[in-house]
Parts: sequence; structure tokens; C-alpha cells
Amino acid sequence: MPSFGLVHLEFLAIAAFWTIGLSAVAFIGGGMLGFVIALMRVSPSRLVRGIAITYVQVVQGTPLLILLFLIYFGLAIIGFDQLPAIIAAGIGLTIYSSGFLGEIWRGCIESVPKTQWEAAECLAMTRWQRMTRVILPQALRIATAPTVGFLVQIVKNTSLASVVGFVELAQAGKLINNSIFQPFMVFVTVAVFYFIICFPLSAWSRGLERRLNVGRR
Amino acid sequence: MTYQFDFSSLLPYWQQFAEGLWLTLQLSAISTVLGFVGGALCAIARADGPPWLQRVVGAYVEVIRNTPLLVQVFLVYFGIASLGLMVDANLAAVIALVVNVVAYTCEIMRAGIESVHKAQVEAAECLGLNRRQTYWHVVLRPAIERVYPALVSQYVLLMLASSITSQISAEELTAVANRIQSDTFRAFETYIVVGLLYLALSFVVRWAFWGFGMLVFTRRRKLGTAL
Amino acid sequence: MSVVVKLSNVHKSFGPLKVLDGVSFEVARGEVVAVIGQSGSGKSTALRCINALETIQQGSIEVCGHAVHDEKLDKRKLRLDVGIVFQSYNLFPHLTAEQNIMLAPTCVKALGKKAARDIARDCLARVGLSEKADHYPEQLSGGQQQRVAIARSLAMQPKVMLFDEVTSALDPQLTGEVLKVMEDLARGGMTMILVTHEMAFARKVASQVVYMNKGKVWETGPGSMLDAPTTPELRDFVGSGL
Ligand SMILES: Nc1ncnc2c1ncn2[C@@H]1O[C@H](COP(=O)(O)OP(=O)(O)OP(=O)(O)O)[C@@H](O)[C@H]1O
Ligand SMILES: [Mg+2]
Repeated sequence: MPSFGLVHLEFLAIAAFWTIGLSAVAFIGGGMLGFVIALMRVSPSRLVRGIAITYVQVVQGTPLLILLFLIYFGLAIIGFDQLPAIIAAGIGLTIYSSGFLGEIWRGCIESVPKTQWEAAECLAMTRWQRMTRVILPQALRIATAPTVGFLVQIVKNTSLASVVGFVELAQAGKLINNSIFQPFMVFVTVAVFYFIICFPLSAWSRGLERRLNVGRR
Repeated sequence: MTYQFDFSSLLPYWQQFAEGLWLTLQLSAISTVLGFVGGALCAIARADGPPWLQRVVGAYVEVIRNTPLLVQVFLVYFGIASLGLMVDANLAAVIALVVNVVAYTCEIMRAGIESVHKAQVEAAECLGLNRRQTYWHVVLRPAIERVYPALVSQYVLLMLASSITSQISAEELTAVANRIQSDTFRAFETYIVVGLLYLALSFVVRWAFWGFGMLVFTRRRKLGTAL
Repeated sequence: MSVVVKLSNVHKSFGPLKVLDGVSFEVARGEVVAVIGQSGSGKSTALRCINALETIQQGSIEVCGHAVHDEKLDKRKLRLDVGIVFQSYNLFPHLTAEQNIMLAPTCVKALGKKAARDIARDCLARVGLSEKADHYPEQLSGGQQQRVAIARSLAMQPKVMLFDEVTSALDPQLTGEVLKVMEDLARGGMTMILVTHEMAFARKVASQVVYMNKGKVWETGPGSMLDAPTTPELRDFVGSGL
């Protein structure tokens, strides 16, 4: 049996790019959808708020693994059974990310002091102007640290895309292990790859948070 | 093409669903309790332990928080196996979940401990409380009360994440679903049912924690505000 | 009269900053000593040294027979005899007023719940807050919180009470209620050292006034000293306060 070597390392490195690619898809897609959700959550209409709350609770109350299975088999049902795995994985992670990002950003929007809303209202701004000119710029500052922090969650959760056959880091590890059966060696290496991707993001997020706290004092 | 939903072929499997649900609940409960105790100890070590211990715990927390649970589950499962021991998948699942959730609990609790002002500790010392009494009554208790909502969110996430242990065939709800769908060829329906079960469970768990919090934190019950 | 607190030639620095520069004074049983002085003159530090919250570099401090300057000091024994109240109340936010007071008697004196509760009720009555027993700190005004803090110290039946600008964060009306409690304590024979900016109160209640300046005891004497200061520094200080 061949042992763990350079070939495998190379295979993992390529898979790491797919992990990053899928993370990017999930972050961009989830970010756009999540932004809409966040705005819906602070909408004056109860109906709109209710829809957004339900969406968030369903997404946050279902395991990502189940979500991925549902999308994978759901797509097959409506006739797309030959799609590349990244489609199902991308959709699943987008939905997952939007549920969490929407909720994080809602928190940021609501943490802008009420007086700011009132001040903007007194300047006779429309609701849209108040949102885009006064509230969102301030919320953005608060939002960066937790958003970068959530990026780490996204990267880690792309590992579940392996269940729909997408070859990212975890799946690559499984494949290598199936051929050489050195699980400890293989998965420690896989973990190191993840750590190398995630740790800088974590550190960045912490740095942002610290700076924000200093700025607030 | 229109798809004919067929939930009825899942009916004969209700007992297996129930067993899976029960095991998911057990896995989560055990991991939560052990994770809370372990996480609290780690947080104390991280905040007030000797420097070398602070570094060790800090490194452990970083490693766990920056790698996927799936990989941790594989490592525990295959790691035990490579020691030449018989591995029970359920046991490996509990170990992996605990190792994981201890790190998150530690980080949350540490934030709570650090939010307690030094003056509070000084006041307790001036009243003659010893170190242990001070730590319990004046640091840990308010710290736990303060971070309780964050802990609850974490433990709900843990319950959902326990589905990942299906990948080493622990017998919990998701693994049961995987088996049933390959028996019935009713994958979509199976995962809808299981998804709804998880959703319901997450509400129940949240609710139970809320009730427990009301029971334990008198201040919250009376004032209704966060500490 | 027996001496309860005695500082002799106490020196204390924070790094290069000399904060106490040979401080000496004595407090006899039942005496009320008011410590006054400019901000930064070392008043708080002196109090904290008396309660072993800070260690001193030179000199000696004796409190109720405890050698506070000694490295072998049993701090917990010392603190059974000394109560301290801070400017910022420092009540425990997760406990009610009554629970705040009961904590030390149950932990330190190992009293039962019932006995501790009786003490707490009694102490709350002494500070005029009987009806607030079940309130949490955030439900109380600043003055009420400070009175609970005083009651919390009283519950341990200390031989000396230290007060560090306990009214500085309060508006005049709330200040009045706290000062009244302290005056009652003084009249009841409690030995007290209080750092204060309330000159009128110092003049009225204190048996001895200690004026600190630049880390030294600049001038000391009875309350009437404030009406006829001998040093120009105290004259300026009193003048600016009026
Ligand atoms: N822990 C500390 N570390 C360093 N310097 C300190 C510390 N505590 C106090 N100081 C310094 O010691 C000096 C005296 O402080 P202290 O608090 O005793 O003054 P004070 O007379 O109580 O003043 P105030 O009326 O403002 O309370 C100040 O210059 C202060 O900055
Ligand atoms: Mg002071």
C-alpha cells in the first residue's frame, strides 16, 4: 500500500482551493440573501418581518447536513439530477449563510442607537435615506468583526458539502484515506489545511473587534 | 414531470425515527452537560490559571474553533481505532462532540468571567470571603448568568451539529434517515420529516433552556432583564 | 482610650510615583477621623493600605492588633475587624439587597440562612431600607445602593469602618440620606475613618481631621481646625471648597 506522500499533499492543496471557492460562493450568495433578510427583519410591516423570522428560524433550526440532502434530492426531483455537485453545495451553503448573516446584521442594525433614527427623521429624510445614509454606514462598522468571524463558520461548514459528493478538503481526505488507509495522518493534515485557512480569519475578526471596542471607549 | 409525494411509505419506520431522535437527544444532553462542566473549568484555567496552562488551553481552543467538527469526528473515531481499541461509534461521537463544545463553552464563559469587574472581587475579599467563595459567588455565578443566552445558542447548535456524527454511523437521527431513505427510495420525504423533527427539537431544547434559566436565575425571573 | 488604627511613617509608591510619603496618624476607639485633601493626594491609597488592599514599602500599620504591614498577615482575619465602603458601591448585581448582606455572614461566619437573614433585616433597618430587602441593585437609587453597601459591611460587625468618598457620586439629596446613616453610626460609637469632600459634615461629625497633601499628613487637628487653618495649603483647600 502506498503511504502518504507529496501526491496526496498536492491533491489536498487543490481541494483546499475548492473549499475556498465554495466558501466564497456561500459568502457572496449568503451575504446578498442575508442582507435582504436583515432588512426584512427591521421592516415596519409585520408580515414581512414574520416571513423573515420564520425563514431564519427554519434555517437556524435545521442541521446544515439535512439542508444539503434536501437540496440535493430536491433538485433531482425537479429533474436536475446531472448537475455538478457545486450547485447543490453552493445553494445549500448560501441558504445556511443567509439565515445566520441576516440575523447577525439585524443585530448590528438594531444596535445603532434609537436617537440616530430620530435625528435622521427630524431632518426630514425618507425611510430609505435614513437607512442608507445614516443607519447602514454605522451598522457596517459594527458588523465587520462578526461577519469575518462567521466566515470561519462558513469555511468549516463547507466540509459538509462532501456528503453531496463535492470534492473539497474533507472529501479529498476521505478519498485519500480510502486508498492508503492512514486515517490519522490524513485527517491531521486535512485539519492543518483548515486551520491555515481559518486561523487568520479568526485573528482578523478579533483584531477588528478590539479596535471597535477601543474606538467606542 | 410531476413528483408524487409519498410520506405513507415512511410510516412503518416511525419506531426507527423515534429511536434516532432519542439517541440524538441523549448525545446532545450528555455532550451539553460534560461540555458545560469542562468548558467552565477550561475558562477558569484560561482566565486565572498559571501562564503555561493559559497557553495550553488557549491553543486547544484555537485549534478546535478553527477546524471543522467533521474532521474532529473522523480524527477521534479513527484515532481511537489506530490505538488498537474497539471503537463504538456512539462513544466516539460523544467524545468528539464534547471535545468540540468544551472549546466553545470555554470561550463564551471566559468572556463572562472577564466581564466581572475587579472591584467586585475586591469588595468580596473585603467582606472576608476566601478565594473559592469569592470565585463562586461573585465571579462565576454572575458570569454564567450573563452568558447564559450565548451558551443556549451554542448548545442548540451542538444538538443540530450532532447530525454530523452520522458520518461515522453513530445511530442518531440523521444516520437513521440515511438508512431509511436507502430502504424506501423516498429520500426527499425522509429528509423533510427528519428536518421537521430537528426543527421541533430545536424549539423544545430552546424552550427547556429558557425554563431552566427562569428557574435558576431568580433575578432574571423577577426583573426580566439581562444581567 | 485604646488605639484601634495606627499608621507610622507609611511609604507607598506605584512604580516611580510616590503616593504616600511618610504618613502617620492614630485613631482611637470610637473616634471619627475625616481625611481630606486634593485629588491625587493619596487619601484612597491610605485607606486601601489600612485594609491590606495595597502593600506598603516602608513603615508600619496596626489595625485592631493586626500587623497589616507584616507579610504573614492573615488578611481574612483582618477583614473580619474592618469594614470598607467604596465610592462606587460595588454591590453584587445578581443578588438582592438582602442577599448582598447575607452573603458574607453565611460564607465567612458559617451562619444559617435564618440567622443571616435576621442580621440582614436588622442592618437594612439601621440604614432605613427595610422595605427594599428584595430589590436588586439596579432597582435602587445611588443613595439607596450606598446605604445597602454600608449595611453589608455592618452585617459583619466590624470594629472599624472605612469610607472612601461614599457620597461623591450622589446628588445633594441622596448625599444627605447617606450622611445621616453615617452620622447615626458615629453617634452609636463606631470607629470610623472617612475620606470625604463634605467639609460641613467633617466639621460636624469628625473628632479629628487629617489634611493630606502630596502624600503627607500636612495638618491634623479637631474639626475646628478647618475654621482656622495654619498652613497656606489647607487655607487654599478650604477656601476653594466654600
Ligand atoms: N493602582 C495604581 N497604580 C498606579 N497609580 C495609582 C494606583 N492607584 C492610585 N494611583 C495614583 O496614586 C495617586 C494617589 O491616588 P489616590 O487614589 O490615593 O488619590 P486620592 O487622594 O484618593 O484622590 P481622589 O480625591 O481623586 O480620589 C494618584 O496620582 C493616582 O494616579
Ligand atoms: Mg480617592
